[in-house]
This record gives sequence, C-alpha cells and structure tokens, in this order.
Amino acid sequence: MSSSVPDYSKNVSVIEGKPSLRSIDDLISKPLDTKPDKKYYIALAVTTTMLMIGAIALLASFYYGTGLWGNNNPVGWGFPIVNFVFWVGIGHAGTLISAILFLLRQKWRNGIARFAEGMTIFAVMTAGIFPAIHVGRPWLDGYLFPYPNQHSLWVNFNSPLLWDVFAVSTYFTVSFIFWYVGLIPDFAILRDRTKSKIKKTIYSITSLGWRGSNRHWQHYEMVYLVLAGFATPLVLSVHTIVSFDFAVAILPGWHSTIFPPYFVAGAVFSGFAMVQNVLIFIRKIFNYEHIITIDTLEKMNKVILLTGSLVGYAYAMEFFIAWYSGVQIEQFTFVNRAFGPYAWAYWIMVSCNVLFPQLFWIKKIRRTIPLMFIIAVLVNVGMWFERYVITVSSLARDYLPSSWAYFTPTLTDLSILLGSFGFFFTFLLLFTKTLPVVSIVEVKAVVEGSQPSHKDH
Amino acid sequence: MDEKILYGYTGLFDTPDEIIEAAEKTAAEGFQKYDVHTPYPVHGMDAAMKLKPSKLPYIALAVGLSALFVMFIFMYWMTTIDYPVIVGGKPFFSFPAWVPVLFEITVLSASIGTVVTMIAIFFKFPNISHPLHDTDFIRSVTSDKYGISIEAEDPKFDEEYVRSFLASIGAKSITAIYWDNDEVNFKNTVLQPKFITFLIVVALAVSGTTYFTLNKLMFMVPFNWMREQSKYIPQEVSTFFSDGFSMRVPVKGTVARGNMPYRYAGDPDAAGKELINPLAITEKNLELGKKKFDIYCSPCHGYFGKGDSRLRGQFPNPPSLHSEKVRNWSDGRIYAVLMDGQNVMPSYASQLNRNERWAVILYVRALQRSLNAKESDLK
Ligand code: HEC
Repeated sequence: MSSSVPDYSKNVSVIEGKPSLRSIDDLISKPLDTKPDKKYYIALAVTTTMLMIGAIALLASFYYGTGLWGNNNPVGWGFPIVNFVFWVGIGHAGTLISAILFLLRQKWRNGIARFAEGMTIFAVMTAGIFPAIHVGRPWLDGYLFPYPNQHSLWVNFNSPLLWDVFAVSTYFTVSFIFWYVGLIPDFAILRDRTKSKIKKTIYSITSLGWRGSNRHWQHYEMVYLVLAGFATPLVLSVHTIVSFDFAVAILPGWHSTIFPPYFVAGAVFSGFAMVQNVLIFIRKIFNYEHIITIDTLEKMNKVILLTGSLVGYAYAMEFFIAWYSGVQIEQFTFVNRAFGPYAWAYWIMVSCNVLFPQLFWIKKIRRTIPLMFIIAVLVNVGMWFERYVITVSSLARDYLPSSWAYFTPTLTDLSILLGSFGFFFTFLLLFTKTLPVVSIVEVKAVVEGSQPSHKDH
Repeated sequence: MDEKILYGYTGLFDTPDEIIEAAEKTAAEGFQKYDVHTPYPVHGMDAAMKLKPSKLPYIALAVGLSALFVMFIFMYWMTTIDYPVIVGGKPFFSFPAWVPVLFEITVLSASIGTVVTMIAIFFKFPNISHPLHDTDFIRSVTSDKYGISIEAEDPKFDEEYVRSFLASIGAKSITAIYWDNDEVNFKNTVLQPKFITFLIVVALAVSGTTYFTLNKLMFMVPFNWMREQSKYIPQEVSTFFSDGFSMRVPVKGTVARGNMPYRYAGDPDAAGKELINPLAITEKNLELGKKKFDIYCSPCHGYFGKGDSRLRGQFPNPPSLHSEKVRNWSDGRIYAVLMDGQNVMPSYASQLNRNERWAVILYVRALQRSLNAKESDLK
C-alpha cells in the first residue's frame, strides 16, 4: 500500500515473516542451549563488579551506621528513598505490559511481555533493598509485619510507610506468580526438547508436569485473565501508595492531590524507557528482530511520548496549583525548585523528561534505534532526578528557614546507587541465559496461521 | 507386574483447523475421557470440545472476599481492642486509612488462592509421572503438532474401535500409550530411613540456625550496638570521675524545672510560722484535697482523720487529726509534716505536688471543722 494511511481494518501481524513453530522453539531457547560467549562474560564481570562495590558500601554502612550517607537533618530521606522510588517506578512497565495491554488485547505485547515481567521482578527486588537498609538495622525489618511479637505491639495501619510494605510485597508476589504461571508451558517445551539429564530434571519440576492439555489451557487462560484483572489495579495502586509516602506528609511540595496519577505516569514512563533500553540490546544480540519488531519498539515509543507528556503536564500543574492556592510557602517551594540551589537538578529533570521525549512526535525518530536508545537513557536519568528533586528539595527547605541545609551525597551513597544497577543487571544477565526471555507459547499463538481460520463459524 | 496396562491412544494433526475439526468429531462421537493437546491455546477449542466455562473466577472472588473480611476483623481487633494506640489524633477505627492495606491483602490472597487452586486442584499438579510424559507424542504437541488422546477409561473405549476412529478423523502417527511399570508399581517411600534422617537433619539445621541467630548472633558486634551503647546507665561505676560515681551531683543552687525549693527541711516550727496556704477555699480545691487525702492519707488516718487506720495493726495507728494540737497548728506546720514526715510517718513530698499538698491541708481543715463546728457554722 503506497498511500500514507494504513488500513486499520486489517489485522497487522505482530511477528514478521512466518516462522515455523519449531524454529521459534529453536530460536528462543538457543541462549539456553549454547554456552555464553566472551561478550556475555565481560558484561557479567562489569555488572558483578558494580554489585560488589555496592555490597561493600552497604556492609560498611551496616557496620559503621548510616552516618556514612549524606542523610542528615533536615534531609532525612536522601538517596535510599530516591533510589527506592526510582526502582519501583522501573518495575511498573512489566505488569503494565503484561496485564493492562493483555486486557486491552494488544497483541504486540506478546513478544516483550516475559522480558518486561522479568525486569519488573528484578526492579522490585532492587527497590526493596532501599527501605530495608534505610532503617539502618535491616535485621529488625521483621517488625514491619503484623505478627504477635514479644512487645505485643502491632504495626501502625494509618501510616503510608506501612501501606508501602504491603503494596510492594504484594506487587512483588503477584508479579512473580504472574511470571511463573506464564513460564509453566514454556518450561514444558524446554523439558521436551533438552538432551541434558540435569536440565530435564529441573524443567520437569518447574513445569509441574504440563501436558499442553486443552482442559488445562481452558483454566489457564481464565486464570491469566483473572490475574491480569488483579494486576491492573494493583500496578496502579503501588505507585499511588508510594506517592502517598510524600502526599500524606504536610511538607510543601509534597502535600498534593496530584501525586498519585503523576507518580503512576512517571513510573510507566521510566519503566518503558528501561524496557526499551534493554530490548534494543536483546533483539540484536539474540537475533529476535522479527519477534520484537521495529513496530513494537515504535509502539513503546508512543507510550513513552504519552506518559512523558503527562508528566510534563503534572510539572506545569504543580506550579499552577502553587500559584492558585495562594499559599506562600507552597509558592516559595516551587520557585525555589526551579531557581534555588537545586535548579540544576530541576532543569535536568525537565529537559530529559519533557523536552527530549517530544522528539518522538517525529515518526523517523520513533523508528531509529540509536536515537530512541539515547532518548530512553535520558528519560531514565530525568526520572531519577525527578525523585531527587521531589525528595531532597522539599526537605532541604521547609517551613523553618533556620533549619535549611543543602544535601550532598557521599561516596557511599553513590556506590550503593551503582551497586543497585549492578544488582539489577546481574539478575537480568542471568535471566537471559537461564530462562526463555520471550514467551515461546505467546509468540506461537500470534504467528500467522497459528489460529484456526474459522471457516465454518 | 510384567504385563503393561494401556493408558490410551493418541494421534497427531498438523494444523489448527484440523485439530478443531477432530475435536468436534470426537466430542460428537460421544467420548468423554479424551483430551486435546496443543502447543499454545487454540481459539475456539473450548467450544469444539464443548467444555463448560471455567469456575476459577468464582474461586478468585470467594478467596478475595474472605481475605478482605478476615483482614478487616484482624485489623479492627489489633487497633481497637488488643492494643489501641492513638496515632496523629485519628480515631482507633480509622477506616479510610485502612483501605490501601485491605486492598493489597485482597489482591494478594485472591491471586495466590486462584493460582494454587488451579494448579493443585484443577490440574492435580505437580504430577511429573503421567503416562504421556516422555513420549514422542508429548514432545510433538509441546512443539509444533496438535494431538488428541483418548483414555482407556472412557466407557466407549475399545482398542480396535478407537484406532479406526482416530484414523477416520485423519490423525497421523496413532500410537498406544502404556503406563510405565515404575509408575504403576510406585510405592510410598516417605517412611524410608533415608528420608526420615533427611527430615531430622533439616529440622536440626533449621532450629539450630534459628537458635544461633536469635540467641547468639543478635548479641554479637555489630548487631548489639543498639543495646550496648557507650553511655553510663544509672548506678554504673565510672572510670572517668575520680569519685567513681557515674551520676553527678548537680551544681549547688541548681533548681529543677517546675520545682519550688523548700527551705524549712528539718525545721517544722519555722515552716509553721512563715508558710501561708496560697490556695483559696473553693469547691475545686476542696475536691482535689479530698481526692488526694482519700488516696494518700486515709489508709492510716482514716477517711475522716480520726486515726482509724485500715492497716489492721500492721503499722502504728496515727493520732487523730482532730486533736487540739493539730487544730491549733498553722497550715504551714502541717505542710512541714507532709514534706518531712514525722517520726514513723514518711514524707509525702514526692507523691503530692505543691498545689496538692496545700489542697490536702484545706481538706484536713474542713474535716476538723466538721467535728468541731462553731456556733456560726450552723447558720
Ligand atoms: C503510713 C501511714 C500514714 C500515712 C499514709 C499518713 N500518715 Fe500522717 N501520721 C502517721 C503516723 C503514724 C503519725 C504519728 C507520728 C508520730 O508518732 O508523731 C502521723 C502523724 C501525722 C500528723 C501529725 C499529727 C500529730 O498529732 O502529731 C499529721 C498532721 C499527719 N500525719 C497528716 C497526714 C496527711 C495529711 C497525710 C496524707 C498526705 C498522712 N498524714 C499520711 C501515719 C501516716
């Protein structure tokens, strides 16, 4: 078709070409069947080094105490909370892709859902580290859960920080279940094609004995739908509750009703950017170009554009409300953000989150891989700084000018941040070599000719 | 057992259209114990097999609602009955603040409940020794073929008939599947000594680690740094001060906040001369005085100060407060008794604050007046 208007009445295929089902098996399980090459080991060495740096910084913090961090009066929520919100945000893309896009019947999600779910799990694990270490004595974290302890005290159900405990642990568990349920049929495929005895035993156990029976498929699909239905409000609730950590406090710049939607949009924004970054590598290295097509990447870019604009709208609206409310301190806070001591962070945030993603209006840029990679990296930088600006600038200058101070992170803070990236990417690398990073079953189900033609229905 | 037991017959198909047609025919033929195996869910197969809709959503609903209910009761009990703590001036039962946790628990339980029910009850998984496993049939249907299996337990099953039926609907590589002898002769090995030993080892390891963590590790560096801080606790010997006391005497003339220095210790007569009751005789003051007198004085002096102790001789009975002597004392003189004590009567300086002491004295005066009323009081 030469005209520029595509024919929307026709179902476009999500998988390019018409690969045979067996070739899909072969392609997706290839990384599991072959020995990793040198590049993989180099990548792993880099990420584990980062991880070790973070681990050493963490051990030092446990031994000497959190005084090694930049956190101090009045900025008691320094890097740990910034990093927590950042990583939880990254973790939002996976469930969004696997659950919300599933409910919306977006077939292009099938190629990337497994991978995005994996990223969700690792990102939430990374995020979980931070509140746990922020208490300074992580071995006492058990008190966060209501159990009959020797003080016969219960937790405080009125606190947003406790809601966080429930939201994040529920999110992790449900994402994990979702992921595992998706993996069961794939494990069965791997079980039936592997030649190694050890792998066969492992896959036999993890596949639970899946037989591809349609009497099972029927319930399986229903459960998948039910889980997607649960995960959708869940994913929205998680970042809403994270935003309550701020919004329920009475600090100027935090105490605002726009926070829940603003945070959720930001989370999806950063999550999609991170998925995009990693997918670009994966499809290249493993030759998945026809499964994770350029069309899919373009659709991801559209979501980034949308959520980026939402975030930009929220930034503008915060200023508007500060002016409109007539509250002096609120107005001061926002002027201070843009032109005060944290102006550098603020303008990094605005340019990376609002300006650069607008380039995605241009179709050419949406489909050029190097450009979208750069923009996605910038989005992640910008989103990290968004959390930095919100957390730090409000705390550093609140109602009492006598207690104002400037927050400076320490080397330990930066090492732990580096370590969190190491943690995340180490898990991701191990994941690509141990589990199918693309759902074999879901890809098969959307290959052309894989569904009956319904001639007599 | 040497003779193999037949599980059923299987046949393979190449395209989704063929398998749908085959499933429709098998259902129409009246087979019940048959199944279709596909590498991915094939649209329209449920209708072709005439399967009833899955009941799992009801399970999800039931589990979710019960979890919501149980969690609500649990939270209500924790925050309003078992250990009520006021937080931020909110009522104990502050439902809006509970919504997030209730929501998360509902979703969590419903998800786990549904998936576990599906796997354990609907699928009867884990089951990795099904006769179909490790057959060419299963290897094909998890990859790129579509298969049908008809079980020997089907009421209409007959080897010859099923084989020809499968051929008639166009199935390829029709094979008979037998139970594995191992699977049939499977014996429960749970009570083997090896396994029991394993269990014991696990139990010892788990309880040992727990014991070590809770009773030893938590008292080691750095885990004990919260408990053992470098500070003096009361009565501890000091190596820093030459007198060896860690508690220091305040600088001379130090006055604690909210405390009025008492200058007449040991000199009741001076107190009697110089101290004046600062309180007015008001109903409020008298009420406070009565309350404190009933609490602190009445056990020995009796409710009316007559010296009728309730201590049944465990403590020397005090004299009556209605004596000539006490009636003629000034308020300041009684105050001195409360501050210093008198002979066996201990000091009440730390139990009553200044205001309360004077209020008690007002009340003692009222008691004295009640037994020795003046002519004028009758009017
Ligand atoms: C533990 C029992 C006990 C309590 C409680 C007690 N007293 Fe006494 N009180 C005595 C005894 C015994 C005496 C007599 C002491 C003596 O031998 O001089 C006494 C003496 C007195 C006297 C002096 C009477 C006199 O004739 O010398 C006064 C006044 C007095 N008490 C007031 C009070 C007041 C007011 C309180 C409450 C704050 C109080 N007492 C609480 C045991 C008690």
